[in-house]
Amino acid sequence: MTTAGAQPFVDQYGALKGALPGTGLPWLAELREAGLARFASLGLPTPRDESWKYTNLRPLEKVAFGTPNGEAVSIDRLPSLLPAGASENRLVFVNGHYRDDLSTLKSLREGVEIGSLAAGLERSPETVAEHLGRIAPSGEQPLLALNTALSGDGLVLRLGRGAKVKTPIEVIFIGAATEQALAYHPRNLIVLEPESQAVVIEHHVSLGGGATFANSATEIDLGDGALLHHYKMQAEGPEAFHVSTVHARVGRDAHYDSFGMSLGSRLSRNEVSVRLNGRGANCHLNGAYMVRGKQHCDTTTLVEHLVPRTSCREVFKGVLDDEARAVFQGRIVVHPDAQQSDGHQLSKAMLLSEKAEIDAKPELEIYADDVKCSHGATAGDLDHDALFYLRSRGLPEGPARRLLIEAFLTESIEAIAAEDLCPAFLASIADWLKTD
Amino acid sequence: MLEIKNLHVTVEDKEILKGIDLTIMPGEIHAVMGPNGSGKSTLAYIMTGREGYEVTEGEVLYQGRDLLAMAPEERAAEGVFLAFQYPVEIPGVPNTTFLKEAVNAQRRHRGESELDAMQFLKVVRRTVKELGIADEMLKRAVNVGFSGGEKKRNEMLQMALLEPRLAVLDETDSGLDIDALKAVADGVNALRAPDRSMLVITHYQRLLDYIVPDKVHVLAGGRIVRSGGKDLARELERTGYAEFATEAA
Repeated sequence: MTTAGAQPFVDQYGALKGALPGTGLPWLAELREAGLARFASLGLPTPRDESWKYTNLRPLEKVAFGTPNGEAVSIDRLPSLLPAGASENRLVFVNGHYRDDLSTLKSLREGVEIGSLAAGLERSPETVAEHLGRIAPSGEQPLLALNTALSGDGLVLRLGRGAKVKTPIEVIFIGAATEQALAYHPRNLIVLEPESQAVVIEHHVSLGGGATFANSATEIDLGDGALLHHYKMQAEGPEAFHVSTVHARVGRDAHYDSFGMSLGSRLSRNEVSVRLNGRGANCHLNGAYMVRGKQHCDTTTLVEHLVPRTSCREVFKGVLDDEARAVFQGRIVVHPDAQQSDGHQLSKAMLLSEKAEIDAKPELEIYADDVKCSHGATAGDLDHDALFYLRSRGLPEGPARRLLIEAFLTESIEAIAAEDLCPAFLASIADWLKTD
Repeated sequence: MLEIKNLHVTVEDKEILKGIDLTIMPGEIHAVMGPNGSGKSTLAYIMTGREGYEVTEGEVLYQGRDLLAMAPEERAAEGVFLAFQYPVEIPGVPNTTFLKEAVNAQRRHRGESELDAMQFLKVVRRTVKELGIADEMLKRAVNVGFSGGEKKRNEMLQMALLEPRLAVLDETDSGLDIDALKAVADGVNALRAPDRSMLVITHYQRLLDYIVPDKVHVLAGGRIVRSGGKDLARELERTGYAEFATEAA
């Protein structure tokens, strides 16, 4: 039986299915139907679901979301995170529709496939079929199942063995709604064959001030020795809901490096699951968030060490003001064969107001005996000694506080490999502090 | 410059300073010496406005104004500087950024124009050279990973850049070897001026071989139990604080 909150989305499928990418491909129709059935039986997550204990989607259920048409929106200025000329490949999606007129693709060559999902499904459906829905099984995640059913357009990046795209590939997702609230479901697929390398930057923004629901899903497959830097900025508007589900498979000696900054949306959730599949596989899952008002920001990670000698590092730092709330759920599972796993996880929250709150739930499940794993979670106010030190040198309290908050967040940006991206991240921190 | 009158201070309901009287004229250097727990650091912190110290009686006048009514940043901008006994580490804030923010915050307060990056760099480079500080210390985060000596030199650098009228040095000699001590003392002596006063708080006489005070006060049990000229410090070195501990009790 479909739950009340899920029914409107189920109903949309009937109206939408003829217009979704890959219409007419029987395997895809089957995948979508299976996703829809799964979503219908699971319903929207509720706090009764263990993984959604601290994030309540009731506010989402109260909004009547329509289905969007990206073609009608005019975009004057592209919200790029990079300086002009820093990227040769930029894809722009408006409400889940690819906008060829706003996009630039220059690196296409033998072994380098960059484009929209719809184009990928037309050009080489069999290679998409090899991966789509296989890296991210819809089983236990209702919103991923919903995405599978209603998948709109998104990025398809496929690099052949040894291919390297040097400049960042920027993917801009614009949610554009006014009176009519809109829901869209971007679906991305990133497949890096052995020894290939890429930098992908996602930028999620809003236009028009209406309510949007971006329900994004990304599947990533990294072959042996592949390297993916995956950066994300979520700066959607105050009426936006943002849910992102990422599944990554990391092969032997491959490296998945991810950093996400969240400062937008009334409610956001970034859920990342990584399977370290080959010896020497390594991942960095890092993030920073800044929230105020009644914003809610959820970070949920799962790292599975499946074979010996894999490692992961997770550091999530956040600043919360007013009545904002953050959730950090970090699970590390070391499977029985995964000896010499090395996993470290840290959540640090700075609470600027009495009413701000973080729920941190680190979980280690270790089934091997020779491992190094740790987790930590801290929550607290600014360092009073540091604040006094700055004031004793003449900095008034406001600027002194801002300097300390900025320093706290800036540390998490220092590890970003794409130097062209740092100014935009730093500016977002400075802007956030200025509007305090 | 500074007038402390009958100052009583409690920390967590315990009276630490029990009636201090101290007057420092412009250009004078006064040393306050005393055993551990005599209230030396409390005296330093009360001058700069740290939280958690309650004045129950008395007053502190700085250039005729009520110092205790001023916020810490206002005291700094008006020319009061505390060299910390334990300088605070601030991860993520480059030392140069910190120094520039401090200098410009004080300039703004005094209605002076701010220094731009180039102007500031010129000043800071010159000062660093005069004090014999490695340039590299400017790039690192404030006091993070600094040795004890580097932290104290960084305090001297701040003092030189901020050019205070009243500098309070809280056990600046603690944890320093003799070379670092001399370097710090050189920094202090370079700043001696007819319109600048200093209050040097120390446990040991050693520092006063290099920074020669005009007056020496002995603090014991929260009171100044004796005052004298620079020779008093030498006398203390011989006799220790034992006799004052009984005097104060």
